[in-house]
Amino acid sequence: MAIGERVGEVVEASTSRFVAQCHELYRAPPLGALVRSGSDGEAVYGVVAEVATRSLDPGRRAMAMGHSAESVEAVYERHPQLNRLMSTELEVMVVAHRSGGRMERFLAPSPPRIHDIVYVCGGAELLEVSETLEFLPSLLGSPVGSPDDVTAAFLRRVAAEHPDPERLRLEAGRELAAHLTGQLHRLTGILRRVASG
Amino acid sequence: MASGEWSAENSSRLGMVVAGSLTEGVQVKLDPDSSVESVKVGAFVTLQGERMRFFGVVTDVSLGSTDPMLSASPPDVSDPYVAKVVSGTAAYGALTVEPMLTISGDDPALLLDGPQPAKTVPAHFAETATATERDIELVFGSEGDGHFWIGSPLDMDTRLCLDVPELVMRSNGVFGKSGTGKTFLTRLLLAGILQSRAAVNLVFDMENEYGWRGYGEGGSEVKGLKQLFHSQVAVFSLDEESSKRRGLTPDYVVRIGYGEVQADDIQLLRETLDLSDVAADAAYSLERHFGEGKWLAEFLAVRGREGIFELADATGVNGNALLRLQNRLRRLERLGFMDDTGHDSVKQILRYLDRGMHVVLEFGRYGRNLAAYILVANLLTRRIYDRYVERKESASEDKSAEPRPLVITIEEAHKFLTPGVASQTIFGTIAREMRKYNVTLLVVDQRPSGIDDEVMSQLGTKITCLLDSERDIDAVLTGTSGSRKLRSVLARLESKQQALVFGHAVPMPVVIRTREYGSPESYQSLGWKDAEAMRAQLEQDVEDLFG
Ligand SMILES: Nc1ncnc2c1ncn2[C@@H]1O[C@H](COP(=O)(O)OP(=O)(O)O)[C@@H](O)[C@H]1O
Ligand SMILES: [Mg+2]
Repeated sequence: MAIGERVGEVVEASTSRFVAQCHELYRAPPLGALVRSGSDGEAVYGVVAEVATRSLDPGRRAMAMGHSAESVEAVYERHPQLNRLMSTELEVMVVAHRSGGRMERFLAPSPPRIHDIVYVCGGAELLEVSETLEFLPSLLGSPVGSPDDVTAAFLRRVAAEHPDPERLRLEAGRELAAHLTGQLHRLTGILRRVASG
Repeated sequence: MASGEWSAENSSRLGMVVAGSLTEGVQVKLDPDSSVESVKVGAFVTLQGERMRFFGVVTDVSLGSTDPMLSASPPDVSDPYVAKVVSGTAAYGALTVEPMLTISGDDPALLLDGPQPAKTVPAHFAETATATERDIELVFGSEGDGHFWIGSPLDMDTRLCLDVPELVMRSNGVFGKSGTGKTFLTRLLLAGILQSRAAVNLVFDMENEYGWRGYGEGGSEVKGLKQLFHSQVAVFSLDEESSKRRGLTPDYVVRIGYGEVQADDIQLLRETLDLSDVAADAAYSLERHFGEGKWLAEFLAVRGREGIFELADATGVNGNALLRLQNRLRRLERLGFMDDTGHDSVKQILRYLDRGMHVVLEFGRYGRNLAAYILVANLLTRRIYDRYVERKESASEDKSAEPRPLVITIEEAHKFLTPGVASQTIFGTIAREMRKYNVTLLVVDQRPSGIDDEVMSQLGTKITCLLDSERDIDAVLTGTSGSRKLRSVLARLESKQQALVFGHAVPMPVVIRTREYGSPESYQSLGWKDAEAMRAQLEQDVEDLFG
């Protein structure tokens, strides 16, 4: 997905996390990506902690096509209504917000509104949000998905954009270590995932 | 992590204080970027507290971890990135630092008197950094104004200084087993005293290594004081022939008359001449019998067994003891510098000292004769001291009439200051009275355990190289606070050119690598000029004098 691209809109929101429904089936930013809801001056930032595709009607689940299916693409071509019966959703952990133009790396006082547009962030915006990493504990403590993977994926993405990725990985690693005292094996598990980016 | 700290890295910062006490020292957790391996025990650090800045010394280095399971189940650190993050965070280095002094803060005494002994500890999170050259200067003083560069702290090139005026206020000691660098250190101390003008030196130079030249490693020559400071130093000799052979014309040849030897002098020779107490004490009876100034010559002139036994009857001393005493004292007759006539060696020495010159008395071949060394050093010191007492007392309030402060250097000091004898000898007296009469000692010895305890505890500053035995270490450290820690420091000194300095001339105990002595640069740093520079100086002086 391109940076700045519209992903979808908010369909469920609380101060600590929100759910966005993608405009297009399967067109979701990857795990650990930074997204924004709202405009530049007033915005809420979050990290994609879970991506799910499911039936829009909670009572109805998709059924397997069985042996007749020749390929996935062919199935969707033959049944274009699938794109309307199902949707791809993101669960996003809020990590920062911008208020009056100022970047704050903690929760916003109020959640995004329903139907706020959600955008993919990257580049300078990603670096700005991750300039300091005091929000790492909220990612590590996320009740959604696998927090260790989300954290590692997020840090990999920041490192990829960072002018000095080595340095960033080291500082981020130390920040993690500070929050994971007494959990050495969990720490090294995350670190290994960060390193393999 | 506070913002902004990401890229700002202070190269000398080590970590921060996290726990501790004044008695046990404070714990400093090292920053992830500081390796334990780069910090050594004995290193100087500063601790920036909230209101005061502390100066301390690293007394222990340890490894800690935030995870109690770490040692039982260490992490897989095969990935270099993982290893790098874990070491310094979950597994970290820690230091124990003993805060020694406060070097700045809101205590008015700091402004007036400089660094003060630390009476509290820095608060939590005090930033800990390696001490800078400026910190060391703040604590030990910078060269000049009475401070003499004596060496460098270990692992630093900073010049560490002694407070010379403070040093010469009391008697001091240089200790260390043979070959550890006592003579080199002493030569530097003498140069420091000379340059500070805080006192004049009289050196009883047993092995002829201070005056004109000494010897270093493999017999290489090093310059003596006279070569460096020329007209400020006079070399006296007991053995003119030997001095000449070594390329030196002595400023004065010292001779000693029998008449100058007193019964007191014989007491010190008891051990060296293997005299019984009775024999040694007989000297007093003889002195009474023949009269002061005559007794030795007359006693040696008594011939034959009968003569001695007659004398024994006349003085009431045991005849055999007298026989033995005469037999031993005959050895003095063989000393070439002794004769029947009166001499004014003491007057000559004083004349030089009074002019602010430093006197080195070379013993030549007699340096190998311990009895000669003890006799001469004792005899001259006793008489010089008497003159100092007279003059100091008659000067009373008038400071300008006082004799110049004098430092007397003796080697093999335990021969003069053995327990039991020390209280009766002139050296014991001087050591105990802390420059009451403007005279102090610089004792140089390899066996400090042989020196009287009381004298040892009176020494103001001790500079000690590696020692041979526990007893010597005990002797040097008696009466010193924190001696347990110093003991372990002493035991770990290198075998050469390293010394522990503690006492009045330094604000805290410190291990130094002794300033190098013997290279042209070392001479230049002491103000020596080569021939070319000398000539220029001379011309300038002539110009200044005659216009
Ligand atoms: N400050 C120094 N500078 C240069 N060499 C030194 C110094 N101190 C000691 N040494 C070396 O160590 C040797 C022994 O030193 P010395 O002072 O003669 O020992 P000691 O008097 O204790 O027997 C010297 O010959 C010299 O080579
Ligand atoms: Mg020596």
